[in-house]
Amino acid sequence: MATDKSNIQLITNGILNENPIFRLVLSMCPAVGISTTVMNGIMLGVAVLFVQVFSSVTISIFKNVIHPRIRIPTYTLTIATWVTVIDLLLAAYLPEAYGKMGIFVKLIVAFAIITMRLEMFACKESVQASFWDGIGMGLGFMFGMMAIGFVRELLGMGTLLGYDILGFQPLLFFVLHCAGFFVVGLMMAFFNYVEIIYKKTKQGA
Amino acid sequence: MKNIMLRQIIIILLLCGLPGLTQAADLIADKSFGDDNEIIVTFSQAVDMEAAINPANYTVYEEPDPDIRLSVEAVSVADDLMSASLRFREPLNTSQPHVVAIANLSPDPEVVTTFTVAKPYIGYLLGILVSALLINNFVFTKYLGLCVFFGTSKRKDTAKGMGFTFTIVIVVSAIMSWFFYQFILKPFDLNFLQIVIFIGLVSLTVQAVDTILRKVNPDLFNAFGVYLVLVIANCVIIAVPLILADNEYNFFETFMLSLGAGGGFLLALYLMSSVRERIELANVPPTFKGVPIAFIVAGQFALAFLGFSGMQLF
Repeated sequence: MATDKSNIQLITNGILNENPIFRLVLSMCPAVGISTTVMNGIMLGVAVLFVQVFSSVTISIFKNVIHPRIRIPTYTLTIATWVTVIDLLLAAYLPEAYGKMGIFVKLIVAFAIITMRLEMFACKESVQASFWDGIGMGLGFMFGMMAIGFVRELLGMGTLLGYDILGFQPLLFFVLHCAGFFVVGLMMAFFNYVEIIYKKTKQGA
Repeated sequence: MKNIMLRQIIIILLLCGLPGLTQAADLIADKSFGDDNEIIVTFSQAVDMEAAINPANYTVYEEPDPDIRLSVEAVSVADDLMSASLRFREPLNTSQPHVVAIANLSPDPEVVTTFTVAKPYIGYLLGILVSALLINNFVFTKYLGLCVFFGTSKRKDTAKGMGFTFTIVIVVSAIMSWFFYQFILKPFDLNFLQIVIFIGLVSLTVQAVDTILRKVNPDLFNAFGVYLVLVIANCVIIAVPLILADNEYNFFETFMLSLGAGGGFLLALYLMSSVRERIELANVPPTFKGVPIAFIVAGQFALAFLGFSGMQLF
């Protein structure tokens, strides 16, 4: 079964319509836990992108030989393998960023979003479509993390990517870990608000 | 013939060794942590004032790092010369055992009196339990397991079911992971396989609990079976084995940590579901309905749990 969507549509679908963090409300742990800076968001986003793309492609290649009854354990072990790869790569080449992310790189293995995409998309579609879907989902996760990181870093430290933007620290509260819950909740409410306004204007027109 | 010789050697060794062993134990009757920066030593007999009061005679370090010497600022000796209190410049990390060596104390100037100060072990274990339960609650202060947390905290019944199922699975899988880590991964130098092995063990435990529960107690299975699938999507269940492998915990510590993690998750779920049942009756603005308001509530819980940080019970 081939999907009728083009590659561009598959990518934008992951970023906008089915954004893992704001739309599907999956993989919230890193979105709250380590989204204190934009850089953290980018680093974990790259790791998730890597795991998502490679697991999607792997499962898509072998979809015809995997028995349906053991598909979930197969997905888990595939993801675990690729997580081990990215974990060792980051530890070897970017030890500083790896230290900041701590245990979260290893925890990618338990992210619901990756298993869900394998179950819903990669095990049915062609290798090429799975590849682009994986990229879309990974980018969507990365942009979500960057958006939260943007708000928290700007409001908490007055910096972006480590560069001083505001020249002062508006509210140190946002760097506190528990502020992650508030920022994510308020951003979701904001998106809901935009959606409600959008629907109202559409009805009025 | 051989046996007799062996026995003689052992007896000789014992005779030579015993005085050395007993000397330190004899001289030191009791030792304990006092205030934040204090170690209290009680001697079994009156000691030499000159030697006991000189801070230069004391060498103190945490057992894992013998190279980092802790500087003794002042020593005060009681009037009856039976006890001394060591004051340090900085607060001690009382979760680590401390080794104290005192020179020139015993009549023989060559012998250095050495002993270890540690908190009672059962208190240390309870400390791990309470820490995982409240101070480092996995949901509210480590931000793990949030997907399942928000998914199953709508009703109190669901919350209880999920919490109990999760606690059972995490204790079983953490203990299995500990055995695998200590007796297979470490001896064969297979540490890079940690993630694959641990997630495999978790899936296995979930499957086993599923099968056993289905056969042994169908009623319980009907109540809790649906949550078993969700357990595997919870980050906490894979975080606990990774933490215990990082910290080289022993069997009892592993048990306490996993029990605390499961109990903490149950506690968080129950608190959250109680609030969310009430929120359903409240008049929430349409933009905040559903997940956003749950996040705000969780943020407030996290702020409250922040109050536990730095607490030391035992």
